Amino acid sequence: MNTTLKIYTGFTLALLLGTLAIGLVASWAFLYPEIYNDYIPFYQLRPIHVSMALFWIISGATICVMNFKKEFFSSLFGSRLESIFIYLWMITIVTILVFYGFKKFGGREYWEFPPLLSLPLLAAWLLLIVSYFTDWKKLPGKQPLYVWMWSTGILFFLITFLEQNLWHIPWFRQSFLREITVQWKSNGSMVGAWNQMIYGTALLLMVKMSNEPAIARSKKAFAFYFLGLTNLMFNWGHHIYNVPSAGWIRHVSYAVSMTEWLIFISIVQGFRQKMDERSKFRHLIPYKFIIASEFWVFMNLLLALFMSVPAINRYTHGTHITVAHAMGATIGINSMILLAAFSYMLNIHSIKEEVKKRFIKYYWLSQGSLMLFWLSLIGAGIVKGYRHTALKIEPFQEMMRPVMSVLKVFSYSGIGVLIGLGGITFILLKQLKRERVAADISKPSKLYLWKQESR
Amino acid sequence: MAKKIWIVLFISFLIYSASVYTNCDKKAETALNKEVKKGWDVWQAKNCQSCHQVYGLGGYMGPDLTNTASEKGPEYMKGFIKYGTGRMPNYHLNDDEIESLLAFLTWVDKSGRSAVPEKAVHWTGTYIIDDK
Ligand code: HEC
Ligand code: HEM
Repeated sequence: MNTTLKIYTGFTLALLLGTLAIGLVASWAFLYPEIYNDYIPFYQLRPIHVSMALFWIISGATICVMNFKKEFFSSLFGSRLESIFIYLWMITIVTILVFYGFKKFGGREYWEFPPLLSLPLLAAWLLLIVSYFTDWKKLPGKQPLYVWMWSTGILFFLITFLEQNLWHIPWFRQSFLREITVQWKSNGSMVGAWNQMIYGTALLLMVKMSNEPAIARSKKAFAFYFLGLTNLMFNWGHHIYNVPSAGWIRHVSYAVSMTEWLIFISIVQGFRQKMDERSKFRHLIPYKFIIASEFWVFMNLLLALFMSVPAINRYTHGTHITVAHAMGATIGINSMILLAAFSYMLNIHSIKEEVKKRFIKYYWLSQGSLMLFWLSLIGAGIVKGYRHTALKIEPFQEMMRPVMSVLKVFSYSGIGVLIGLGGITFILLKQLKRERVAADISKPSKLYLWKQESR
Repeated sequence: MAKKIWIVLFISFLIYSASVYTNCDKKAETALNKEVKKGWDVWQAKNCQSCHQVYGLGGYMGPDLTNTASEKGPEYMKGFIKYGTGRMPNYHLNDDEIESLLAFLTWVDKSGRSAVPEKAVHWTGTYIIDDK
């Protein structure tokens, strides 16, 4: 890892710490706005929290791709462009946070910063694309699945980011239904884009830990990749089932979403094999995070499958079940895989035994409290769905009263998530400072792996 | 083989995207006038969506505002926007900004209903909503 990538890694881990701390304060501002409105209101905390969360994930994904791809393809030209990407990207993120500090917003869900700041983000991403694909072109032979996934993710992030900004063309705003449809089309697919980068990394980690390159070559793995890609492209409509836009959008996305049952069934079928695998690799810290992510895939996929049935979505839409879905996936799946990759890159196994013990304690604390966190959000959502959609209780505050009580549990469990994930992040940051990191990158064994794979 | 599948999917994605852009709204459009556009800009600049949803999308601290204009009326809304409440902050907006926000929310209201009535649920689980 060169110095620039090291700085970027530190910056990205700091974003995770910020996400956690601001998330907790945001939950208090949600519960007690009378106190916070005068100092730092929820409408300021939420964008800081959500933007930090998304940038932790997207930046983390780019670090994984940039770091691991070097084993297979890289060039001096590519690395130079990457460095420019990194600095431009980091400076823009800091600028965005400063704008939030001054209450300057762009007011669009998940991308709540003034729209002009999309320009440097776009420029940075283009540099990353040029650097990635010029090196990628030189790859020999058939590529393993994770390279496919990285390429797909990087490309689709650009496409969805551009789509996200189509509203600047006045025609899109002429119709509110069109605007909201396109906004959620791009938001929905963008999640799929970073998932491609992150799941690709998880696959590579499994190849490395098990020393079985075949798993990134199998027909079944490719079949599931295409299923995932189809969902990325066409299943976003579940965000807008209730929007009265053309009916076929709803039906297509309902039908496509239901194909994810295949993924679910395959997880259940592979369960026994997973148990064998677990007993083999359990001692590896990155593997622990991979197992955690797989557990959360299982839980969140089940939830998502239910939410994707319009008749059920009628109750869950617009409630904290959506927040459970969003945070369950970004923390439970994305963050766990990123932490697996970061622990691997930072040679976490070289830390002192006592620190390792502490690390594992933090790990279990984070899993346990995340479970409570997630369940309480679902609980809050069920209560609201029932009181709002079934009982139609008015006024709003009366309808929300019991929801707020459940959200107190959510806020308390957030303290556990903060300590657990925060503790892990601190140890990783210390290790980053200490370690020359990822010394294993240029070891011959890895090159051997590639050769074997590209046969 | 994999490359071919990829290309076919990608082309389908492009075609699907184009048809979504052009065909998603089949209603007779109510033109976006200057006042509405200004209100929309205020809505975004003040980040109202961090607490309010439109069609269920946005933050969850306050109520969904899609149909408040027709259900409770602009005068009712004006009170909240002008003074805030204990929970909703007072933005100290001027009358101009408030009027345009109301114009925007009234325009949004005309685009459809956020709540899906029970009878729109089809036996297959999907909705059949009148999109004309
Ligand atoms: C910090 C969160 C927050 C922000 C930001 C916010 N609101 Fe509210 N708003 C609320 C809450 C909560 C209520 C419900 C009333 C209450 O509980 O006091 C509400 C109520 C309303 C109502 C009345 C709705 C009803 O059905 O009773 C309107 C209209 C409204 N807000 C408009 C706006 C507009 C316009 C903006 C942006 C300028 C905005 N709000 C920003 C929290 C917020
Ligand atoms: C200490 C732990 C955390 C707490 C207490 C917390 C709290 C919150 C709160 C209060 C919201 C606003 C929900 C609303 O609009 O009503 C939110 C939204 C969100 N948070 Fe967190 N958060 C935490 C950690 C995280 C982490 C680690 C991530 C991701 C890495 C994350 C990702 C998100 C996302 C994506 C949303 C938007 C959800 C949506 O409205 O769809 N959060 N969080």
